[in-house]
Amino acid sequence: MTIIEKIFKNHSKDKIEVGKTIWLDIDVRTARDFGGAQVVKNLLENYDENYIEDAKKTFFTFDCNAPANTIGYANNQQVCRKFARRHGIRLYDVDAGIGSHVLMEEGIIHAGLTAVGTDSHYNIVGAVGAFGQGMGDVDIAFIFKTGKTWFDVPPTIKVNFIGIPEEKWTAKDLALFTVKNLKGHVLGKAIEFYGDVIDSLSLDGRITLASMVTEMGGIIGFIPPSKEVINWMEIVSNKKIKPIYADKDANYEKEMDIDVASLEPMVALPGNPANVKPVRELQDTKVDSVFIGSCTNGRFEDMKMAADILKGKKVHDGVMLKIVPSTRKVWEKMLKSGIAEQLFEAGAIISNAGCGGCAAGQIGMTGEEEVQVSTANRNFKGKQGLGNTYLASPATAAMSALNGYIGGW
Amino acid sequence: MDNGNKLFKIKGKAWKIEREGKLIDDIDTDMIYHNKYLHIVDKKEMARYAFSNLDGWKNFPELADSDGILIVGENFGCGSSRQHAVDCFISLGIKAIIGKSFGAIYKRNAINSGLAIFECRDIDKADIRTGDEIEIDIKTGNILKNGKRVARAKPMSKIQLDIYKAGNLFEYAKKMEKSFMP
Repeated sequence: MTIIEKIFKNHSKDKIEVGKTIWLDIDVRTARDFGGAQVVKNLLENYDENYIEDAKKTFFTFDCNAPANTIGYANNQQVCRKFARRHGIRLYDVDAGIGSHVLMEEGIIHAGLTAVGTDSHYNIVGAVGAFGQGMGDVDIAFIFKTGKTWFDVPPTIKVNFIGIPEEKWTAKDLALFTVKNLKGHVLGKAIEFYGDVIDSLSLDGRITLASMVTEMGGIIGFIPPSKEVINWMEIVSNKKIKPIYADKDANYEKEMDIDVASLEPMVALPGNPANVKPVRELQDTKVDSVFIGSCTNGRFEDMKMAADILKGKKVHDGVMLKIVPSTRKVWEKMLKSGIAEQLFEAGAIISNAGCGGCAAGQIGMTGEEEVQVSTANRNFKGKQGLGNTYLASPATAAMSALNGYIGGW
Repeated sequence: MDNGNKLFKIKGKAWKIEREGKLIDDIDTDMIYHNKYLHIVDKKEMARYAFSNLDGWKNFPELADSDGILIVGENFGCGSSRQHAVDCFISLGIKAIIGKSFGAIYKRNAINSGLAIFECRDIDKADIRTGDEIEIDIKTGNILKNGKRVARAKPMSKIQLDIYKAGNLFEYAKKMEKSFMP
């Protein structure tokens, strides 16, 4: 069996067969400030009592608009707070950071579990070998109430990365390159990632790659946990962790090889995360603003990557550098390690933890014709304002901030 | 919404969501329903923002009569998990969406809200123009114009059909055995 089939088998009474609809038990059930108020509304409108199957497995996490900068979001957050207090649900408020990241850091989501949230990047937890899925507010309300959901067992595609890149590369370059290669091949499917390049990824790098499976069109991408990742999960969860690995004779719909030996810094052109090109092809593109953060690149390693480039230097005259750590813990580490100071002195604006630019412009939007280099995962038109957003790694973003044009490697 | 008593045929006026004569691919949820309206929880209010960030289609809510059937390209509804991107069409009176393919989360959201959603690989080749009256047989997936089949979509799965018949996921669950509920 593949990883998803084995996790589903542990969470369902139904027979696991590709294409079949099963009822799946969900271990970690979450809603955030976006979607959360609708989840509450759905529960109140459709049920009279017993809204929550298990309050210990249910969480609210605020990360989209933290702290709320519109009345609408402020009201919605308050709706969730009141509901959470009344029903004994744990709430991570606007100080905590991105919900999926926080729950991994807290050891609440770990290998082998099933988790859902009103966040289309909830499949990011494939980074630690868990099944995660972003869902709408109807789905999530139903799961809060019943603890389960219907799910069509997807086929799995096995992706083998061949070779180790010679050039400078980061997990984001790998993620963008993979989006380019897999787009159109994995819609509605699960993925398992293998290869030397995968084994070499740190936890933060795994989070980057897993977060962009949504942009590939996949249901989830599993990265089999390494020893380092297992150790980390055991420390944060204070539990013995037994990851799920695929059987040797697992049935894959397809195997795909992606040659990464010539991987280099990549960028997605405005409008579509799959429109990916090498950075070197764009070097005369002038930059107005740079954003480093998001669930894709808001980890400590990402911040350190940027700080190593910007340390002792200043961002280019007229370029705005905006930084949003993914969680309060990442922020704390930035403070205590001196990285926050290095970035500050280079001219960065550093915000509190959260999603950053992706949702409702927590750290500002782009204006018409503004060229932004962003480490986020999506650059569809209008997503982060009216400007043109290029997706890149924290290293490319930092180089762009320094040079005033994209890249500069 | 309760679809239980309806015949298993959906009739409506086709709206081909195209640009320069071609169905638009990769319409993401921010183009369908922009994130600046995400704080809205009243579904009726969502109708007026349908396609409000899709170039060439921003006046869609004014154009669309009730009983519309959307015809869309590849990967429709990719992007965020927002239910608004489904609910805005329901509020607008859209009866069904036929697409070449859909974002996975979008498809679930539509199914759970009782909006009929059909995958049809060849829908761009079918003899259908915007404004044509078309009919979908939800059991067979046949798409008819003037009583003649012009395309065939994948029939609804059992769970999709059951939820659609019940009206939405909540109504469906209420009809299921008591033993299912905690």
